[in-house]
Amino acid sequence: MSKKMKISYLINLIGVILLYLAMTFVFDNGVLGAKTTYITGIAIIAMMTIIIVCSLNLLTGYMGEFSLGHAGFMSTGAFSSAAVTIAMLEAHIALPTLLYFIIAILVGGLFSALMGFVVGIPALRLRGDYLAIVTVAFAEIVRVAFTNFPITGGGKTLSGIPKVSDYHYIFWVTVICVTLMYMYIRSRFGRAVIAIREDYIAAAASGINVTRYKVMTFVLSAFFAGVAGGIYSHYMTAIIPTFFNFMKSSEFLTMVILGGSGSLTGSIIGAAVLASLPEALRDFSIYRMLIYSVVLVIVMIFKPSGIFGTWEFSLPRIIFKLFGKKEAKGGAAK
Amino acid sequence: MSLFVQSIINGLNQGAVYALVALGYTMVYGILRMINFAHSDFIMVGSYTLFYTIPLMVAAGMPAWLSVVVAIAVCVVVGVTVEQVAYKPVRGAGSMSALITALAMSLFLENLALVLFGANPKSVPEIFSLPTLKVLGITLPSKYLVTLAIGILIMFGLHVFIKKTTLGKAMRAVPEDKQASTLVGINVNRVITTTFAIGSGLAAVAALMYCSTYPRCTTEMGTMLGIKSFIAAVLGGIGSIPGAMIGGIVIGLLEIFIKVYLAPGWYEAITYSILIVVLLVKPAGIMGKNVGEKV
Repeated sequence: MSKKMKISYLINLIGVILLYLAMTFVFDNGVLGAKTTYITGIAIIAMMTIIIVCSLNLLTGYMGEFSLGHAGFMSTGAFSSAAVTIAMLEAHIALPTLLYFIIAILVGGLFSALMGFVVGIPALRLRGDYLAIVTVAFAEIVRVAFTNFPITGGGKTLSGIPKVSDYHYIFWVTVICVTLMYMYIRSRFGRAVIAIREDYIAAAASGINVTRYKVMTFVLSAFFAGVAGGIYSHYMTAIIPTFFNFMKSSEFLTMVILGGSGSLTGSIIGAAVLASLPEALRDFSIYRMLIYSVVLVIVMIFKPSGIFGTWEFSLPRIIFKLFGKKEAKGGAAK
Repeated sequence: MSLFVQSIINGLNQGAVYALVALGYTMVYGILRMINFAHSDFIMVGSYTLFYTIPLMVAAGMPAWLSVVVAIAVCVVVGVTVEQVAYKPVRGAGSMSALITALAMSLFLENLALVLFGANPKSVPEIFSLPTLKVLGITLPSKYLVTLAIGILIMFGLHVFIKKTTLGKAMRAVPEDKQASTLVGINVNRVITTTFAIGSGLAAVAALMYCSTYPRCTTEMGTMLGIKSFIAAVLGGIGSIPGAMIGGIVIGLLEIFIKVYLAPGWYEAITYSILIVVLLVKPAGIMGKNVGEKV
């Protein structure tokens, strides 16, 4: 590891910590007055959306395959984690909230990853449109299943989930998730995945195991979507299967595409802005999807790669530029 | 026994609707290789048109089903507009852009309807005031027969149109090779627009058939109907007109039978699993021909 890379990592770490301190300061001291709780809620939803949109970008932006069923992965994560923590509560297992939270998101992530594996297998033979429609079908199967299983509420709202998500934990989980995804993309695996997107036949010819990488990316993407689901259910405390519908999946895809497929920065900003916008402008919420769809068509016609394209934000790069040093490579997102 | 026959009748009725919607998907997919997600919302547009025009028709002393003419006109206009405004500019940009644009148009139509008509479901007035026949404990609403007859008639007409007419031949030529079609004097843009017009018109007829059985329209009524019909199109073999018919009927019958005999809560899951199984085992569908992917 070169010295410059170490410095880059350090700068990123400091940046993240500063962001965290700023957020804690604002939320804990009630700088925003009476609206603090409300704004905190928006921030939590935004961070959760960031995780799921980034995970979808792994598939759409980097692997070039669609998932129109990401709400299904999120649903799997939300319900499986809720089922486990409710069972733990009923068994009177007294644990600190942090542990509860970690167990919840891990369970959610793992169950969802399992689902990702199951969906990843048809993905071996299918591409493009057909795969997109298979993911829709999958998300619908998940919805029907959770509507029928008694352990997931049997079609009614599943309530009584312990409220263990709070913004301190969620912030760090978001940071970790985004960093992991960023590292995955920048790694050997990530480059192989991008090669598959560009031309899978050429990738296979150069010795990349297309099958393995496709399934691996599906599993990873599903894992993070499941983590987001776990966060969601333990923040809302009551969830219903019909919430995770086709509309929700399309909304996530909209965020990925608008932000820029192939840019995690784009996903983060897209998710944060588009998730908090309807909350900020309540009267506008009915026109929200209408405007998104128009913007989506315009973006598709004029700049198909999305607003940020494949550009990534890098804090070290800016700092090195400011202080006149040579441009640094690497540096985590956010 | 009577339950069995009853299920077959209900299944055929349901299947005819799926088949007609599947036709719309199959035609567009056959020519452009894109899933027209907005097709399901054309049905919604058609249903709302029916809801608003039937009272006018009845007041004018005309039969209610004549509103389908208005619905067809509205759907054709909407369909062609969507094609011209949104799909045409991204046609050369690859399947990813096409898919996203289609999805965006679907979201657009759905949310426009939400803004225009509100979230409350509207109940469509009776379309066919025909008697219900009762034979040996089996209820057979005559409108089911009408639905089925319309479905078969359209299917047959379309099949002849595609096979025999010049325009139909052009429609078959364009997906084979766009450049070569242009060379032999086919106006590719016009053929594509015509396909969209026919597909959207079919959506209006499907709306009529759907609303005669389930007289309720909501802004998202098309979504699930659309996906199931697409499954029917895939099952039958995408691009094939008889395939759409067979696929639709099979899905309709299966859904009703699973609902009645096996697991009422799970019938939708089974429909979706069929898609996955078909795509894995025989991606070309029942009637489709197997086309290898070009490098």
